[in-house]
Amino acid sequence: MEAVEQINLIGLKDEKPQPAQKIWKHKHILDLDDFTSEEIDLVMQTTEAMHEILSRPIKKVPTLRGKTVVTLFYEASTRTRSSFELAAKNLSADISNLTVSSSSVTKGESLIDTLETMEALGADIVVMRHPYSGAPNLASKHVKASIINAGDGWHAHPTQALLDMYTMLKHKNSIKNLKVTIIGDIIHSRVAHSNIWSLTKMGADVTICGPSTLLPKGMDNPQPYFPKVNVTTDIDKAIKDADVVMGLRLQLERQQSGLLPSIREYSRLYQITEERLSKADKGVIVMHPGPVNEDVEIASTVAHGDKSVINEQVTNGVAVRMALFYLLAGGSRNE
Amino acid sequence: MWIYARLPLAGEVTVRGFFMAKKVIMTEADIKRTIARISHEIVERNKSTKNIILVGMRTRGVPLAKRLASNIESFEEMKIPVGILDFSLYRDDISSQDIPLVIKSTDIPSSVDGKVIVLVDDVLYTGRSARAALDAIIDLGRPLSIQLAVLVDRGHRELPIRADYVGKNIPSSKDEEIEVRLTETDEMDEVAIIPKPGREG
Repeated sequence: MEAVEQINLIGLKDEKPQPAQKIWKHKHILDLDDFTSEEIDLVMQTTEAMHEILSRPIKKVPTLRGKTVVTLFYEASTRTRSSFELAAKNLSADISNLTVSSSSVTKGESLIDTLETMEALGADIVVMRHPYSGAPNLASKHVKASIINAGDGWHAHPTQALLDMYTMLKHKNSIKNLKVTIIGDIIHSRVAHSNIWSLTKMGADVTICGPSTLLPKGMDNPQPYFPKVNVTTDIDKAIKDADVVMGLRLQLERQQSGLLPSIREYSRLYQITEERLSKADKGVIVMHPGPVNEDVEIASTVAHGDKSVINEQVTNGVAVRMALFYLLAGGSRNE
Repeated sequence: MWIYARLPLAGEVTVRGFFMAKKVIMTEADIKRTIARISHEIVERNKSTKNIILVGMRTRGVPLAKRLASNIESFEEMKIPVGILDFSLYRDDISSQDIPLVIKSTDIPSSVDGKVIVLVDDVLYTGRSARAALDAIIDLGRPLSIQLAVLVDRGHRELPIRADYVGKNIPSSKDEEIEVRLTETDEMDEVAIIPKPGREG
């Protein structure tokens, strides 16, 4: 009977009910830089409850009956979009997918007009992906619906970072002092940016590694307004003793030419291989936000190996997005 | 303006800055006896303990379910599985202000199919939590039957729901609050009745 006590994630042993309104202040989810550690804790805890629903034979609860979620994707996506869609359906919300390529956007409708139309149609939550950094922030100022950023340009991908953190917690129990190494195209990766904010906030020891043309400048200098991370161009040094190794895709669609001599040279110098991984901590887990370019940033034997949790990340993504839908639409705040 | 400070006297509680008379209805010994009686009733009604799962409704139903289980184990010499149910996702007032939004995991140790589920809660009031819990259990499978055990039934039902096992019937006014404290969550065992302060009108 003691086993039931262990289901609490991150040491949240407190059994007393707390009103989440005191912790949860967000109307929109744009990035994780304005999240407090208590809020991240709350998301993790709620995700754990949602994860249990996914293990049931009937994966559906009536919580968000009558709420409407609209996905608005100005960029291609497979897993993020279907993950949001399934999350909404598991909570019994109604979901409408707006495919930009076949919508009035091609007739020249502006972002704000499109959003206002969505709102007039009764959207409570708009999930949005846009090639321009800051587009969701602009959107949040014009509509009453809650905006969830599903990736904007180079800027942020908060739901991916939260599902990454949940996956780490499932394997490592605590984020504090966890050695996390992120390897690859850091500067163009919104996943890396959001992960750096959330992981450093929860006390992880984050190292970013990649060729110097793909590393953001000035990250190693302690700055009051930006999280402190270790920066290195040496992959072997970065992987040594790491608890978590995260690979990133080369964002070729966002890169200027000339940043890399060739893909082959990049994969020779920065690919996550079995051999390089053997220097990491014994219990290391390998993560990747997907889509994976096998044998470029990560060896296919590693991506499909026993240390890989890449498919688990996808499952956890549904749970995290359910938790966020619940936290955004489950209570009435100052409306 | 008068500012004075004193500690609450014996028999008083502080409610939002006011000292209120608190009436203790069940003491630690009362709660212990009541739980012992309910454990016997559960076994008596179901004739055997073979298919029973005790499911505690968060928050205070959980320690109560554990206590019932250890009681039954002590006289039936059989392990009784205890589950935890968070029914928040099934509430009908999910969009209103007052509910605790924090949800936690549901953890039922085995499949509920063909089992006798005994839901355990501290207070039965409007019946809305029990309704939510029923829906939550039915979504998990098809139990043989579902029964409800509560420590306190305070009346004022808003739904056609009754408990199978009642610790104590406490007829109360809607202007009063019934407070159940348990050692596991509140450092003491006690059921008290407190007038709600600051109600307008």
